[in-house]
Amino acid sequence: MTRKHMNKKAFTSTLFIIALFIALLSPLMGHTVEIKKTNINGMTVLHVERNALPIISITLLIKASLLNEEPEKSGLANLTASMLQEGTTKRKSTEINEEIEFLGASLGVSVNRDYTTLTMSILKKDLHKGFEIFSDILTNPSFPEIEIKRKKELIKGSLRQREEDPSYIASKAFIKDVFGSHPYSRVTAGTPESLDNIQRDDIVRFYNKHYLPQNSILSVVGNISSEELKKLLDKHMSDWLKRTKSHEESLAPQVSLTSTFTSPKVTILDRDITQANIILGHKGISRDNPDFYDIVVMNYILGGGGFASRLMKVLRDEMGLTYSIYSSFSVNKEPGEFSVEIQTKNESAPTAIKEILNQIKKIKQEFVSEQELSDAKSYLTGSFPRRLETSRKIADFLTAIEFYNLGDDYIKKYPEYINKVTIESIKKVAQKYLDTENFIIVIAGKKEKIDLSELDQLKNLK
Amino acid sequence: MPLFISLILFIITFFISSHCFAVKEHTLTNGIKVLIIEDSKSPLATFQIWYKVGSKDEPYGKSGISHLLEHMMFKGTSKYGSKEFSNIIQKNGGVDNAFTTKDYTMYYQTLSSDRIHLSFELESDRMTNLLLDPKEVESEKKVVMEERRMRYEDDPQNALYEDVVASAFKVHSYRWPVIGWMSDIASISREDLYTHYKSFYCPSNAFIIIVGDIKAENILPVVEEKFGHISPCPGNLTDTRKKTSHELPSEPEQKGQKRIYLKKEAQLPYMIMAYHVQSFPHEDSYALEVLSIILAGGKSSRLYENIVYEKKLALNIYAEYYGLYRYPFLFFFGGTAAPQTSIEDLEKAIYSEIEKISKEPPSSKEVQKAKNQVEASFIFAQDSNFSKGLYTGLFELLGSWKLLEKYLDGIRSVTPEDVKRVANKYLIDDKKTVGILVPLKKETEQ
Repeated sequence: MTRKHMNKKAFTSTLFIIALFIALLSPLMGHTVEIKKTNINGMTVLHVERNALPIISITLLIKASLLNEEPEKSGLANLTASMLQEGTTKRKSTEINEEIEFLGASLGVSVNRDYTTLTMSILKKDLHKGFEIFSDILTNPSFPEIEIKRKKELIKGSLRQREEDPSYIASKAFIKDVFGSHPYSRVTAGTPESLDNIQRDDIVRFYNKHYLPQNSILSVVGNISSEELKKLLDKHMSDWLKRTKSHEESLAPQVSLTSTFTSPKVTILDRDITQANIILGHKGISRDNPDFYDIVVMNYILGGGGFASRLMKVLRDEMGLTYSIYSSFSVNKEPGEFSVEIQTKNESAPTAIKEILNQIKKIKQEFVSEQELSDAKSYLTGSFPRRLETSRKIADFLTAIEFYNLGDDYIKKYPEYINKVTIESIKKVAQKYLDTENFIIVIAGKKEKIDLSELDQLKNLK
Repeated sequence: MPLFISLILFIITFFISSHCFAVKEHTLTNGIKVLIIEDSKSPLATFQIWYKVGSKDEPYGKSGISHLLEHMMFKGTSKYGSKEFSNIIQKNGGVDNAFTTKDYTMYYQTLSSDRIHLSFELESDRMTNLLLDPKEVESEKKVVMEERRMRYEDDPQNALYEDVVASAFKVHSYRWPVIGWMSDIASISREDLYTHYKSFYCPSNAFIIIVGDIKAENILPVVEEKFGHISPCPGNLTDTRKKTSHELPSEPEQKGQKRIYLKKEAQLPYMIMAYHVQSFPHEDSYALEVLSIILAGGKSSRLYENIVYEKKLALNIYAEYYGLYRYPFLFFFGGTAAPQTSIEDLEKAIYSEIEKISKEPPSSKEVQKAKNQVEASFIFAQDSNFSKGLYTGLFELLGSWKLLEKYLDGIRSVTPEDVKRVANKYLIDDKKTVGILVPLKKETEQ
């Protein structure tokens, strides 16, 4: 029942998506999820049996992303993943769609900064048929030239259409400034030019190099027993599971992380629109940063906690400047970015920026209150069961825990990790990881209505 | 093992075809209805309160008042201060949210099930004790104006949608957007909000749905304690409400195509076509649903396969029928032209698909595929407490949650001939409104 234009007001949901991307990995209370973990020729298999509904959700994570691309072939990981559904040695593109949709199942691929996922949700009665198709597109893609051409045109078209979205163009410019030559500076889908550089051979090579059991994590959650799962894998994936990685080629990404800015940099992208879409921030942290949990709690209080956050309280509730404001640390395998995003009418841009900087300074200089700390902790530890409500959510969650090496006891340990955070450690990480002197601001908005003189003064404030 | 599996399937199917899922219904003496669905899959519960008021019920010149009131519901009562509602829910590990549509306003919280009593306390309080502090009202109007800028003014495709709906209707209040026109939002006063609140936020104009790891016999007494003392909808106000919500002016028949253009900074041309159609439980609603899926439900649908995949005339395409509006609404088509193609070719291609299905019934396999998609998505939705509540509430709004069963049965009995018949009956030139987004290029590309 998704309706493109239905005016459902997501009062806080967009904010929570960001805030909880970090909080995603939290404890399970009450009901336990029994995870069976095995390994088949290097592929980690995670299985949870849930029998209340006749459905199964499957997530296959492949360690391939833009971290593995050459810059001039940006978009290769995404294009390779998208091509899985566009033809196999047994089926044409249209046949794959027809068969999956006839079952009322959903099959999809997506690529983020760190990895690729192939997902399917299917009714129990169609599991064998569905899993056969799932395995077929994973193990036998044929990458037809004509489909590659078609897919490239569609991606180029959608890249162009996305330019209509002011928050997209702002974020594109922002990551470019923050990450310089690092792969995270690039859009997952690539650029029209880089897509033109990608040939069928590149896709085949990328697939052969990365789509291997040793490079994969599979999670299967729902109405399926261990025996059934084993039989399915034997029947449909056994040949692929015998594949091994070639020793000459390393799977490790070749990356260099350079920071390209040393003083505030302000960019305005001039568009004929009513709001300034502002992103302010700088380089952040990776998922394995030892200060991760202190940062999660600090960010919740600053701008990650929806209506509980300071930025929302001040800029929305008190000042009426915006509908949406939040801060986030995008935590990835490599250090991601810290950013604050807001939309406000063009004329209010300087006021909003000034107040955002005030709030960042405040959390660096002053201890948060014990009340704020305890509210944040109780949200972060108490909200966990919601993250694991459905089979789909569990399947995605388990592959992420495994990918980021969070440990098999992660679910149990999470409250401990959060509860050891103190007001002192929050101030410490705020000082260490928030920068009010060297930062990037990108604004997509109507230039003539955005008065920067006030901003110039801000830039000189030390 | 196979026997065991088929037994599970049988039970599920039995529930779907008999009672969908087990709903326990109870009505308090003041008129508020409580629907409870017990589900112990996860240690959670969702509380939803539905008010039968949306933008369709707004007085002329005050569009957006229902939505603004929804915002104000978070801004404090005599007991709990501004934003305390959300803060209490969050510090208990929960989330809360709300949304407004043309027909209704819904508030919900999801919490671990042992804390769901917080919802009873907080929701019963704001049903009657809302402050509507004038200062907060002025500040929240600014927030909503920013929301409007973000969602409509600066989004060319959404702006076109708003224009098309406003043109398709000339009398019915469905013509104005839920968020309201900018000048209407500006004109709403504290008194307007208070009147709206007192007219529509009362027991018999609301119902409650609780889904999750709870037992009806344990929570009903608590619900009774919190909501039972609230006075019933006052007689005169009930009359006002009845007048607005049940005697909305009906939309006269459209006689001739309407065309509108929107010129705005954008990258690619985009178009929407809207045809007047009936809503559920009209007998045509089932076939209209199946028709929309055959035309655009997935990549194997006719529009995607022929227009996006084969002819490459569009980047994306949709046919959208939402049959659960309270009054007759619209069947939409929409698509973004692919670069280097013309929007005229896209429009023609859509007409040719309409013509085809109006002349020749779809194959029985296409109809079966659409039915399978409806059934499967219904089963998938049951994995989430929120979705189960949503399904239940959408039908309760139209009279009774039991209508869900009628809906699923209706879908199951659609024939290829039915699909052809409704295509012929509704997708006709004289009843459509076409909107075209004409991209204005920036003078200087930077």
